[in-house]
Amino acid sequence: MAAERGLELVRELHRAAGGHLPPFRTEEMRQALEEMRALYERNQADVSEAKSGRTDLIFLIRFRHCCLLRNQRCLLAYLYDRLLRIRALRWEYGSVLPNTIQFHMSAEEVEWFNRYKKSLATYMRSVGGEEGLDLTQDIKPPKSLYIEVRCLKDHGEFEIDDGTTILLKKNSQHFLPRWKCEQLIRQGVLEHVLS
Amino acid sequence: MAAVAGGDSDGDSEELVLTPAQLIHSLEQAWLNEKFAPELLESKPEIIECVVEQLDHMEANLKRAKRGDLKVSVHHMEIERIRFVLSSYLRCRLVKIEKFFPHILEKEKSRAEGEPSILSPEEFAFAKEYMANTEAYLKNVALKHMPPNLQKVSLLKSVPKPNLDSFVFLRVLERQENILVEPETDEHREYAINLEEGSQHLIRYRTVAPLVASGAVQLI
Repeated sequence: MAAERGLELVRELHRAAGGHLPPFRTEEMRQALEEMRALYERNQADVSEAKSGRTDLIFLIRFRHCCLLRNQRCLLAYLYDRLLRIRALRWEYGSVLPNTIQFHMSAEEVEWFNRYKKSLATYMRSVGGEEGLDLTQDIKPPKSLYIEVRCLKDHGEFEIDDGTTILLKKNSQHFLPRWKCEQLIRQGVLEHVLS
Repeated sequence: MAAVAGGDSDGDSEELVLTPAQLIHSLEQAWLNEKFAPELLESKPEIIECVVEQLDHMEANLKRAKRGDLKVSVHHMEIERIRFVLSSYLRCRLVKIEKFFPHILEKEKSRAEGEPSILSPEEFAFAKEYMANTEAYLKNVALKHMPPNLQKVSLLKSVPKPNLDSFVFLRVLERQENILVEPETDEHREYAINLEEGSQHLIRYRTVAPLVASGAVQLI
C-alpha cells in the first residue's frame, strides 16, 4: 500500500549508475497507477462515511492521501529522471540512438526524444551564422589540429575536407583532423591513440 | 585585422568598438562567469553575434591563404579554440535552462519592461518547447491516469531552484565599498566589507550576484 511499487521503480534507477537507461517498466507503472486508483476509491467511500459522523476515519483518509502523494512523487521522479538520462543520450550518441538503447525506451519517451532533438536542432541552427553551430561538437578544449586514431570497427569510406577519402577498416590507424573524428570517437567507431 | 563593432541590435544604445582581442576577452569573461554562477546569467547576444562574425571572417581568411603556410595552422588552431569557448558557453547556458526551466520561464514572465532578459529569443523558444514537451509527456504517461485531485503538479515546486547560497571564487575588477555580508551564524551580525581591485575572495554567490551582472567582479 505505501507506494512500494513506486519506490521500487525509483530504487532501480538509483542502482543504474552512470546514466545507464534500464528498460521502461510498463507493467510496474500500470500497477502503481492502479494502486493509486484503488486508494482513491477507498478514500472517496470513507470521506462520505466520515461526513456522516464517522470522524475516526479521518486519520485513515489522511494516511491514504499521503500514500497517494508519495506514489505521485515516486512515479514523477522515475519518469523525469529517465527523461534526463535520455536527454544525455542525445549529447553522447548524436541524433540516432543505438537500437539496444531504443529498445529500453517507451513509445512516449521516443516521442519526447524526437521533439527534444528537433528543438535542439532549431536552436543550434539559429546560433552561429548561416549554418548554425553544432554545440555537440567541441566538447573538450582542442589540444591539436590533427589526432592519431585507430579504427575499432569497419566503417567504410570517410571523406575529409580536402577531398581525399580514407577507408576506415578495423585496426587501421590514421592521422586525421580532430573535428572530423569527434563524432566517430563518441560513437565508438574510432579510438583516440595517445602515444 | 580590422576592429569589430559590437553593440545592441536596437539602434539607440552606444556602439562599442572592440578589437578582436577585447572581444575574445569579453567572451572568455562571460564564459567563466556562466560556468561558475549557480544561476543563469543575462544573455549576451552582442558578444555572441560578434564572435560568430569574427569566426566567419577568420575562416574566410584561411580559405584564401596559401596552403602549407605555417600561419594557417596557427590561425586554424585559434579558430578551434574560440569555437570551443563559444560552444562551451552556449552549452553551459542550455544545461542551466534545462535544469531550472520552470523558474527561468517564471522569471522571464514576470520581467519588467525594459529590464534585460536572461534569455535570448532563441533560448526562450527552446525553453518553452522544453517545458511544453516535458509537461505533455508527464501528463500523458502518468498524471492523466491518476486520481482527479492529483492530476496537476506544480513544476515550480517540484523542480529544484538554483542554489544562490553556494560559494564562488571571484576576482575584483572594480573596487566596491560597503558590501553587506550576511552572518553565518546567529551570533554574528551582518557586516560590511570593501572589495579592493585585484583581490580574490570566496563568498556566497547571493551577496555578489549584482556585481557579477554589472561586471564589477569576475568569477574564477
